[in-house]
Amino acid sequence: MADFVQFLGLAFVLGVPVVLAAMGGLTSERSGVMNIGLEGKMLFGACVTAMVATSTQNAWLGLVGGIGAAILASLLHGVLTQVYRMDHVISGMSINILAWGGTSYLYSPHFTDRAFGSTIPVVPREVFYLLAVAIPAVIWVYLKRTRGGIRLMAVGNDPEKSRQMGIDPIRVRFMALVATGVFCGLAGAMIVSNTGRFSEGMTSGRGFIALAALIIGGWRPVPTMIACFAFMLFQALQIQFQGQAIFGVMLPNELWLSMPYLVTLLALAGLISKNSVPAGLGKA
Amino acid sequence: MKIRTLMTGLVALSSLWLIGCGKPQEASTSSTGDAPRGNVQAASEPLTIGIVFDRGGRGDKSFNDSAWTGLERAKKDLGVQDKAVESKEVKDYELNLTALAEQKCDLVIAVGVGMSDAVTKVAKEFPDVKFAIVDSTVELPNVRSLLFKEEEGSFLAGYLAGLMTKSKKLGFIGGKELDLIKKFEAGFIAGAKTVDPTITVDVKYTGSWDNTDIAKAIATSLYNGGADIIYHAAGRAGLGLFAAAKEQGKFAIGVDSDQDYLEQGVILTSMIKRVDEAVYQTVKDLQEGKWDATAKTYDLAAGGVGLSPMTYTKDKIGADNIKKIDAQIERIKNRELTVPANASALENYLKSLAAIPPPSPGSQ
Repeated sequence: MADFVQFLGLAFVLGVPVVLAAMGGLTSERSGVMNIGLEGKMLFGACVTAMVATSTQNAWLGLVGGIGAAILASLLHGVLTQVYRMDHVISGMSINILAWGGTSYLYSPHFTDRAFGSTIPVVPREVFYLLAVAIPAVIWVYLKRTRGGIRLMAVGNDPEKSRQMGIDPIRVRFMALVATGVFCGLAGAMIVSNTGRFSEGMTSGRGFIALAALIIGGWRPVPTMIACFAFMLFQALQIQFQGQAIFGVMLPNELWLSMPYLVTLLALAGLISKNSVPAGLGKA
Repeated sequence: MKIRTLMTGLVALSSLWLIGCGKPQEASTSSTGDAPRGNVQAASEPLTIGIVFDRGGRGDKSFNDSAWTGLERAKKDLGVQDKAVESKEVKDYELNLTALAEQKCDLVIAVGVGMSDAVTKVAKEFPDVKFAIVDSTVELPNVRSLLFKEEEGSFLAGYLAGLMTKSKKLGFIGGKELDLIKKFEAGFIAGAKTVDPTITVDVKYTGSWDNTDIAKAIATSLYNGGADIIYHAAGRAGLGLFAAAKEQGKFAIGVDSDQDYLEQGVILTSMIKRVDEAVYQTVKDLQEGKWDATAKTYDLAAGGVGLSPMTYTKDKIGADNIKKIDAQIERIKNRELTVPANASALENYLKSLAAIPPPSPGSQ
């Protein structure tokens, strides 16, 4: 029993940053802004969190810095796609590339030597655990019950019609993108908190896992959260079983390592219904 | 429309710049055009050494950084110039190598086993440029292969872990399941079982070199399962192991560079792989006209691998245990002991252990 609780605990901790990033994707995509740049925003968030926390020796200032950086990256996506009408996928990917290169540039020796020599002050992980459960619930209520939430969905479904109804889609989308920045910044900060330091590329593709979970969850907050945790449950299962014989059969490690991704692929193939895609996604 | 295209271009360009040139303040602004080639350099012109890092990249406090340290030393001691490029993706390898070869570097160093195909291809295209590859064998007349006996260093790490473990349970976390990482694994297990054949080693792979959270989850699950010392060969992901060890008050063992200072007192020791030495020697050989395209193996006897000085854990380990490790070092150096480097050799080694009991660790 204790083992099982520990196992669930592992899956939960792994799931937290992915849930936070997926919520970032949700606010953005519900407003109609396609967002494959979650990975990059997380990475900026993680890097700047570590930088600010190191230089100020204050974990909370680090968190604020990380969130700020992710918001800036998110707003850049907004400016490119909404003001300059750049293709959403190209802009998102550019931000990822910018983050990969940019954080490795920021992560220069004069910064890292300090970061590595002493431990970085980090925000307690419990804060993120709480947020990973609370934020999806809050978003759910917000989308269902508030004026702002309904406007957000309206803009995401049909920007032209909402414009006619007197809502400014660009304004709504920028607000949504600020939220994306906040959530992705939190996701990045959680990763730094978990390891106690920043290392290059440490988001390791989880921005894309978040995106897959968002799609599997049908762009709905609670199912998306469940999809994130389910993915990480498979990840934890994989960790437990790789290198061990199951009923006397030794499966190759490669199979175990790819199992969570295979499950995701199958879920993506089987579970998506067309209706759940925000109709105005990627449209002006 | 025009502005949109311009913005796309600008973002793309700035991204390329950030990726391509890595650390501009370090990359030297050097020789355009007629840089000297090979051993016949003009007296005053310094050699230009190109270096391509693999996806682990600079700042891994491990493998790539070690190569960089070697080149830095060569710059200082031998007065060579450098052109350093990082790779973000596998497909960058060939591009980066070609770019450096075209820029007339005298020697292009490829850091990492993943680059062997790219080096083979590019070295054939530029037969006049000299190449060196770390961790892999490429048999071409203009490529030198720099190899290490990681299993020997890992054996010592395993032996120390075997001496220190109380639960008789150890862990190993690898990055990707490559033959290269299997050498670390086999050596570590052999070392631990040499102390006591009843010691068990749980082996897990992260599947990536950068996912610190997965490494931490694996480490946590191994520690929960009773392991008290875990060794990693998982690149930067290994930082997750250190975090788990610190939280649980258990030991970890670092890899490639001396990682002991990262979590002082928590990291028992590090298996050091002197990539820096190999890089430095290669540049020095080139400078002195002794360069040849052979495979150089850096083993324990040659100082190519070994354990860290255990700066923060010496007291916990104790002089007795350090003496016992020194005895094993002698055995390996004198070739009394051949450390297994793969699964089947390990199996044979363990059989031989069962047949002839080794000198008991308590006998000294």
